Amino acid sequence: MCLATPALVKSLEGTDAEVDISGVRRRISIYLTPEVKVGDYVLLHAGFSIRVVDQEEAEGTLELLRQMDEAS
Amino acid sequence: MKLVDEFRDVRLARSLTERIRQRSVRAARLMEFCGSHTVAIFKHGIRQLLPPGVEMMSGPGCPVCVTDNADIDKAIALAGLPDVILCSFGDMLKVPGSNSSLQQAKAEGADVRIVYSTMDALEIARRNPEKGVIFLGVGFETTIPTIAASVLAAEAGAIDNYHVFSLGKLCPPVMKALLDAGEVKIDGIICPGHVSAIIGSRPYEFIPRDYGIACVVSGFEPVDILLAVDMLIAQIEAGLPAVEIAYRRGVTPEGNQRAQQLMEQVFDRCPARWRGVGQVPQSGLRLKEKYRRFNAELAFPVEPGPTREPKGCRCGEVLRGVAKPTDCQLFRSVCTPERPVGPCMVSYEGACSSYYLYGDDSGE
Ligand code: SF4
Repeated sequence: MCLATPALVKSLEGTDAEVDISGVRRRISIYLTPEVKVGDYVLLHAGFSIRVVDQEEAEGTLELLRQMDEAS
Repeated sequence: MKLVDEFRDVRLARSLTERIRQRSVRAARLMEFCGSHTVAIFKHGIRQLLPPGVEMMSGPGCPVCVTDNADIDKAIALAGLPDVILCSFGDMLKVPGSNSSLQQAKAEGADVRIVYSTMDALEIARRNPEKGVIFLGVGFETTIPTIAASVLAAEAGAIDNYHVFSLGKLCPPVMKALLDAGEVKIDGIICPGHVSAIIGSRPYEFIPRDYGIACVVSGFEPVDILLAVDMLIAQIEAGLPAVEIAYRRGVTPEGNQRAQQLMEQVFDRCPARWRGVGQVPQSGLRLKEKYRRFNAELAFPVEPGPTREPKGCRCGEVLRGVAKPTDCQLFRSVCTPERPVGPCMVSYEGACSSYYLYGDDSGE
């Protein structure tokens, strides 16, 4: 029940945003993450973005794992 | 899908599995607290990838499963009132109470509506001013801020017929209750990813400090979970339990402070009843005095009568991590997802449902 899906923010309007989830458009509330910008990915849970995904951290995690993989 | 597929990379999963095998010397029991993790672990066959010394067990992290029978009975009684619309997330409808379920109440004429968001429930209230609209507020910290937001929006929009039956529950207090009970022996906890997106990783710091148990916050893709297991095993092998984050793209030590502040603004902490665990201090949320007019329990007092647990169901023990679903005599023979006896089989994120759908430890 605590599932949240990454969704790409396409446009903003007040406390709402239009997001794209694998090609499906949806209107969500950004009330919990007012800092969100167009082009951000957010974690979408029950109609709200609960967190802006830190894409640098995502890349950082993957980079470390790739280095580990190459070293092995 | 971006931010999903990369974390399903088979090659990375394989090298993580290899690293876990190399690292793991001591026997280690790990509990995944969250039901969404249980589903992911079973779906991706992660238990089978781990070395024999590493045992995984499911915890009580399914808000549907831990909702107390008495609260389900109350929700059903509320739904049965005239001029009331009860709005709920879909997962709650099939959960059996003592004598009925919301689904059955709906079939018998109660106005029960499935909503995807608290904002949908608020919209239903706005469109039906002559009705009392009650949102069944089940959820953990992930969901609670969305309930708080709906109460503030109801206040701002003067939508006075909107009410919340507050059954929100907090995870760190129940973790403490389980550890204090001392029934279940664990070396590490995979901490919930989206609860932690809200509360951050700091609230778990008492766990390594006071109980010597390793904690890693994990995401929900296979690479995320394997990375969390790898980090847990590293802590356990080094004998240095700590709180770490494997899900860095979604979780910081501080969490979402605005969401935390909204929770504080709208709710007070109170004791709450958890199925299987009993009453846990400071683990529930009650609307603050200022928002009492939105409190469904005050606006619509109901007395549903004595509760009855489903006979033979061992959900309580399953939720505490002291029995496996396969220890239950009803598992698979009587209790199935089509005809569930207890909430751990009803909820897709319940341990019994995961064992049924994806096979048990023996790989059946
Ligand atoms: S298998 Fe069914 S009856 Fe047994 S504990 Fe699980 S939900 Fe309850």
